[in-house]
This record gives sequence, structure tokens and C-alpha cells, in this order.
Amino acid sequence: MRSAHAVQRAAWPDVGGAVAFLEQVYAVAEADARKLRHDPVILLTRAVQPALWLLVFGQVFARIRGVPTGSLSYLDFMAPGILAQSSLFIAIFFGISVIWERDLGILHKFLASPAPRVALVLGKAAAAGIRGIAQAFIVYVLALFLHVDVRPSILAVIGVFLMVALGSAVFATFSLVMACLVRDRERLMGFGQVLTMPLFFASNAIYPISLMPAWLQVISGINPLTYQIDALRTLMIDGATSVFSVPLDIGVQLVFLGLLVWLAARLYPRVV
Amino acid sequence: MPADAAAVETIDLVRRFDELVAVDAVSFAVAPGSVFGLLGPNGAGKTTTIKMLTTLLAPSAGTGSVNGYDILREPVEVRRRIGYVPQALSADGLLTGRENLSVFAKLYSIPRSERRGRIDDAFELMGLVDAADSLVKTYSGGMVRRLEIAQSMLHSPPVLFLDEPTVGLDPVARRVVWDHLRAVRQAFGTTILLTTHYMEEAAELCERVAIMHQGRIAAIGSPAELVTASGAPDLDGAFAHYTGAGLTEGGSYRDALRTRRTARRLA
Repeated sequence: MRSAHAVQRAAWPDVGGAVAFLEQVYAVAEADARKLRHDPVILLTRAVQPALWLLVFGQVFARIRGVPTGSLSYLDFMAPGILAQSSLFIAIFFGISVIWERDLGILHKFLASPAPRVALVLGKAAAAGIRGIAQAFIVYVLALFLHVDVRPSILAVIGVFLMVALGSAVFATFSLVMACLVRDRERLMGFGQVLTMPLFFASNAIYPISLMPAWLQVISGINPLTYQIDALRTLMIDGATSVFSVPLDIGVQLVFLGLLVWLAARLYPRVV
Repeated sequence: MPADAAAVETIDLVRRFDELVAVDAVSFAVAPGSVFGLLGPNGAGKTTTIKMLTTLLAPSAGTGSVNGYDILREPVEVRRRIGYVPQALSADGLLTGRENLSVFAKLYSIPRSERRGRIDDAFELMGLVDAADSLVKTYSGGMVRRLEIAQSMLHSPPVLFLDEPTVGLDPVARRVVWDHLRAVRQAFGTTILLTTHYMEEAAELCERVAIMHQGRIAAIGSPAELVTASGAPDLDGAFAHYTGAGLTEGGSYRDALRTRRTARRLA
């Protein structure tokens, strides 16, 4: 029995292993998604912040016409930025859930299971992606309500959802890395709060990079949020064109995700 | 694994945290199919020992093996063969009992066709059939513990680690957990290593116990042997004899906090 299994594996290397790995990733992500289903109120409370940015900040700045946004109206320009920002604000605190699981002992059981650490981390990243998609849904509804000029295409909507999921996964994994290093809820909240605004302001969320002073342009160039927003704007808004090209946007985020997942998987056992 | 080999073995296991030596040259062996208890006051090093055996924490020195696999060189093989119930109540209250088990069925790569049956069997064995699809936050403390034991047994591990399995439970719930642990052992011949600071629990469940004190093993043997050797009237007396209980108070702030948090969740 065992040798037959070995032969099978030799003939077709590690398909069984890959399936098991994906199922482990899925298990971690699914558990989180099911929690959302048991308590969907969490999602509604998160609609408040992007609504305020779009309704108040967006409306006022659109009237001033102070930010040159080319052929796009200011509201069209900023809507994808606010989508990215609202999912960033959720993802950056994602590590808190891991510290909570540590306090409960759930994490101990995960780490005492044979699931590879990379699978546990990718599962968390995917869970953050799912939460990001829920956020994208809310911002789309707000955008339609405010007559933002969204691309009327199912493919564009799917692209936006995937891009929000990717960005959320990047920042949630970053949050996991921080959680592994600080190992404490309050400190992680502190770091999250210190980092969100610089990430947001050093990006093209609410003004184009060309308006920034040179030093800020450099920082925004290494900020993954910039690339996420560039892709989101291109996919979401009718008439928007990419500054960097969407494949590059995706590539940069994937590189960040890969590095952060590797780092988080190495640091994960430290949380215990 | 050879038939006469120990199911769990440690050889001069040491763990230091900065200057503190939490576990100091601990050696013991647990026979397959037996129930072994690590006894000791808070802070004696019981949990740290279990964390090393479950591969959550690397030893500072020494080594150990579980079912013949080295905890340092073959951690994944060890993880495949153990079930682990940590001290804190570790079921996720925001999920149902079934969802809690389903996560671990996948993490342990239990074949898809067997999952449902194994999960149902586990609920059956632990007397939780009626509560299977309720959110765990509606469970009583004793039910959460049984759910955790069900979860730790899903993949039929030959060795089960339980850290303070009945801390914070009322006497009735405690007895129910004991009965279910005996049932597990009877059904699967599982080797069980548990920590406790309840003498009654050790006397009820364990064939052999090791009394730990300040990171060292102060005495090891069957409960009856320890009582005789200490000259005390019962296991409580033997425990006091070997740990000097009452003279020193162990346990860090964090230990106390964790125990209280667990107790609060059980209330």
C-alpha cells in the first residue's frame, strides 16, 4: 500500500501534496469567511468610513477643483483610492486576529498540526482577500449612488475585486509579520495606526503622483498601495489610463506578497 | 516503531527563558497505551515540557521523541501523530462545533470521503451530537473541552497531549471529561500525556505520574508508589512532600492571567 503510493507519487510528482496544501490554505480561509457569515454586521460598520470619504471629502474637493486629475472628475479619480484605503485600513489590523487566536490557544493547535506554516499564512492572506472583496462590493454601491463613472463591464468588476483581494492579502500579511514581531495587541494597534496614514498619503489615492514633491514620489514608488490603486483606477473607472501598466502593478504586488508570506511563515512560530 | 519502545520519551530536556530555567534536565518515558501525568504547581515547567514535545517550542538542550520520531529532527512526523489540547479553551466560539472540527480535518489532510464520518463519530464519542451545529460560544465549559478532545482525535493520533484538561471545570463536568478520556483510550489504545495540578485527577486517570517542581522531576512512579515512598497518607501528602507546597509559590503573572481567562470563559 505504502509502496504503491510512493510509485504513484514518483510518476506524478506531488500532485497529492499540492492538493493537500491547497486544502489547508482553504481550511484557514474558510473558517474566517464562515465567521463573517455568522456575524455580517461587521461588514456594514465598515461601510461608514469609505462613505464619509466619498460623500464629504470627495464632494468638497470636487467642488474646489484644486487637484488636476486630467480627463477624470475628482470623484472618479479618488473613488478607487478610497476603495484601496478602506481595504488597507482593515488589512493592516489583520494581525490582531492572530494575536487573539494565540491568546485562545487556537494558534497553538494550528502550529501543532502538520500543515506547513506557509499554508497557514496563505490561508490568512486569502481570508483578508475575502474581506477586501466584501469592502469592494460596498464601495461599488456607494460609487454607483454618487454617479462615479465606473466601467460598465463584468470583467472590469471581477478585475477590481481580484485586485482588492490581492492588495488586502499584501497588507494583511504585512500585519501578520508585525504581529509576529510585537506579539501584543496594543502595540500592534499602535504600529498599524502609525503606518496607515503614511502609506495612504505616500500613494496616488487622493492626488496624482506628479503633484508630489520629489522625495515623496520616491517613497510612493516603493509603496505597494500605489500599484494597487493604479490597477484599481484603470480597471474601475471609464476613461482612466494606467500610469505604470496593470501587469506591472500586479507583478509588484505579487513580489511583495511572496516576500511577506515567506517572512511571516518563518516568524509565525514566534507568536506562541 | 519497535514494540517495546516508549510512546513518548525525553532525555535531559532543558528550556531556558533568558536567565530562568523553566525545564531543567527532564527525563522520562511513557509506555504505549498508558496514561502519564505531569504533576506540579503553576510554574513548575509542565506546560513548557508539553510545548517542546508538541514541537511548538525548541528545547535549549536535550532531546525527546514521540512515537519514535525525534522532536527536533522530524517535527512534521511528530505533528502527524499527536493530538493536542492546549490549556486555554481553544475552540473558536464564533464557529459551530462542526466547523471547528472541519477546519482540522482539512489541516490534517483526512481524505475527503472520510471527513464527514470521522467528524460524526467524534461527536458521538464525546456526547456532543445534539450540539454539533450550534455556535461554540453557546457551549458550557465542559462541552468545549469535549469538543477540543474530539478535534484532537480526528486523525486518530497514537499520542494525545492534554494541558490541564479540567482546569476551571465544576466537579460534575470534570468527571464527564474523565469518562470521555477513558473512552478514547479504550476505543483507540491512545497514549495520553496530561498535565494537572489536581491530585484527584492524577489518581483517577494516571498509571504513572511525574511530580515536577521548579523545572525538575522531583519524583516519578505510580501514584501508589509515590504515596508509599513519601510516607504521606495520600497523593496530596506526597505532592506536598515533593514540592514543599505552601513554602514556595510558583507561577508567573502570565500563568495566572491565562488560568483566570480560561476560568472566565468557562463560567
